[in-house]
Amino acid sequence: MKKVLMGNHAATLGATLARAQVVAAYPITPATQVVELIAEMSAKGEYTGQFLRVESEHSAMAALLGAATAGARCFTATSSQGLAYMHEMLHWVSGARLPIVMVDVNRALASPWNLWTDQTDSLSQRDTGWLQFYCATNQEVLDTVLQAYKVAERVSLPAMVILDGFTLSHVYEPVEVPTQAQADEYLPPWTPERRLDPAHPAGFGALEGPKEYLRLRHRLAQDMERAEDEVDRAGSQFGRLFGRDYSCVETYRCTDADTLLLTSGAVGSTAKQAVDELRDEGFKAGVVRVRLFRPFPAKSLRRILRRSQRVAVVDRNFSQGQQGIFCEELKAALYGLEERPEIYGYVAGLGGGDITVELLKEIWREAADGQGEKLEPAWMEDPR
Amino acid sequence: MKTSIPETELMTSGHQACQGCGATLAMRYALKGLGEKTVMVLPACCWTVLAGPTPRSALSVPVLHAPFAGAAATASGVKAGLLARGDADTQVVAWAGDGGTYDIGIQALSGAADRDEDILYVCYDNEAYMNTGIQRSGGTPAGAWTMTTPGKGGSPRPKKDIDAIMEAHHPAYQATATPAYAEDLVRKFAKARAIKGFRFIHILAPCPPGWKYDSERTVALSRLSVQTGLFALYEIEAGRFRLNMNVAARKPVGEFLRGQGRFKGLTPEAEAAIQAQTDARWAALDARSRAA
Amino acid sequence: MPRLKIDPAAPAVRVSTIPMSVNKTGSWRSQAPQLHSDKCTGCNLCWKFCPEACVAMVDGKPVIDMDHCKGCGICAAECPPKCMTMVEEAAS
Repeated sequence: MKKVLMGNHAATLGATLARAQVVAAYPITPATQVVELIAEMSAKGEYTGQFLRVESEHSAMAALLGAATAGARCFTATSSQGLAYMHEMLHWVSGARLPIVMVDVNRALASPWNLWTDQTDSLSQRDTGWLQFYCATNQEVLDTVLQAYKVAERVSLPAMVILDGFTLSHVYEPVEVPTQAQADEYLPPWTPERRLDPAHPAGFGALEGPKEYLRLRHRLAQDMERAEDEVDRAGSQFGRLFGRDYSCVETYRCTDADTLLLTSGAVGSTAKQAVDELRDEGFKAGVVRVRLFRPFPAKSLRRILRRSQRVAVVDRNFSQGQQGIFCEELKAALYGLEERPEIYGYVAGLGGGDITVELLKEIWREAADGQGEKLEPAWMEDPR
Repeated sequence: MKTSIPETELMTSGHQACQGCGATLAMRYALKGLGEKTVMVLPACCWTVLAGPTPRSALSVPVLHAPFAGAAATASGVKAGLLARGDADTQVVAWAGDGGTYDIGIQALSGAADRDEDILYVCYDNEAYMNTGIQRSGGTPAGAWTMTTPGKGGSPRPKKDIDAIMEAHHPAYQATATPAYAEDLVRKFAKARAIKGFRFIHILAPCPPGWKYDSERTVALSRLSVQTGLFALYEIEAGRFRLNMNVAARKPVGEFLRGQGRFKGLTPEAEAAIQAQTDARWAALDARSRAA
Repeated sequence: MPRLKIDPAAPAVRVSTIPMSVNKTGSWRSQAPQLHSDKCTGCNLCWKFCPEACVAMVDGKPVIDMDHCKGCGICAAECPPKCMTMVEEAAS
């Protein structure tokens, strides 16, 4: 059934359709509505799971550590400062191999205060062992929450579904909402291998020495690596059932394009419009939208970009002391190729600035002329 | 064998506790009151180590290791998860030290109590951060030596009144206990088990290396804490206060304090102050007990 | 250079299920409890107050599991007729 939904509500419906059994969450702008809709559905009896109004984000993830180890499917949502506050717990639940799904609404991190979209909050957590999906539309948000559970439970790792603050979270778009029966067919109940059970007492998370810790982390790495294929698999299965196909990386008009834009999130959608306009002007432009960031889809990107000449990466994020994060990771992924494209890094839109069609076209034109910065990132802003 | 507390052991021998550890006595008795349909949530504390390294366990019940600041939140989540799976019987217990209760864990504790989570939160209080090597906590009494209060006069601040803090949350049940009174401790855990809603039990657990005394005196010191009035045994059930032991002829506090190396530097004035505070607290407890 | 190879059959998460009693803490002792059984009244306070849970009552008398007894001395200190004493552990 088609509904007009804000991104936050699309996220909530994804979680309730996934039959999340325990939700523990704390409000934070611009993610608050995800939680408020759960509360409303709970009060109406439409959501019958456990809803914990915890007193902090750290407690939200600590509670889900408990609930998931007890064998329940779990969900939460947060943003920027809240995500940062639960940092310790992100490492904890991935090390505990718990397939918790969390929605992060991208928002810039203080100091100073800033409420608007910026990917640095979620990207700062890239080392924590969580899968990361970046969505471009509200439809994708709902669909990806369902796929995130499927993949997370297959590889036993937690997953973050990420959407731009305000630009997606608060903007209303038409969304096809699956029925509960369709969601159940796609996503069966979770059957954990181990859980807290007095009938079979066991201790979880006790001390491990260096030898075992190394092996467990290596095992985690292997499971994280196979998630790239699992994401594609879950995406095609989704396509067969719902008619909407998904994969790690989305390409648009790339087949005969020598110069490509590479970006993520809602900008990926704006970039398609920029490419259409450039094409109308006679330029062979294309865009690569990276949907899966963790694991970094190196295999897919190497395959897609192998024969490209130039890639202009647009990062709405920055790793201080390094460069834009998608750019940095792309360079690392392509390093091993004998023939690889020139990569130009562009940083824009930190703290929520508009990344406009015009700006993207400017960036593309500079890169296509071979005039882009090869070593240092170029910081850009639409002056209007 | 006729015993005053249940015979079944749910804590094994072979744990790594120091000789004479009060925290192990506390756990041993608590489990006798709780039974095997219990999940233990352990934040960072001595019991993180005592529970045993993987793949071993000193406890015959399921255990979940939790973050230092989040015992109460993790326990809340375990309860929710069990309920989601249709299990309303299994007791969920957060078992934390004074560090994880008075200090780093107090926010999550307050939150869980505020939400009336159906969990039992236990603080086994050895009055300092013992697992990291004896540093001052909010539970350290004034005058006590610790590694972070090594100077003259010891710890400058009084022990936080955690029982009053928890009472202000109006829990379904709260109690104090100490291992020397094993029957009382076991009874309180069995009682707590049968009550729904947020429950809090505060156990004073003497610690030989931290308090600096010979290990054989753990039970004796536990007993003296009550006999001197420094630690009162009471319960509050749905707001009704009951003093379990009205120690009329209290022993002088010096009998508890002396023989503990951590109070070696206590001046006669400081000891007199402790005696006066204890007397005042007992006057209030007495009045409250008579009014109840 | 040794490449790390992990057992694909090994679980992704390890749990604790082996009782800690395999750890023989009796080696920690520098003094051991000794019972003068003719004075023992079978009150079982030694059983009750042992932090190692390593005292068994057999025919009304305590039998201490010396594989685990750490020699803390609580049983001797709490024994009402004082029939449990602590003696120096022989150097091993």
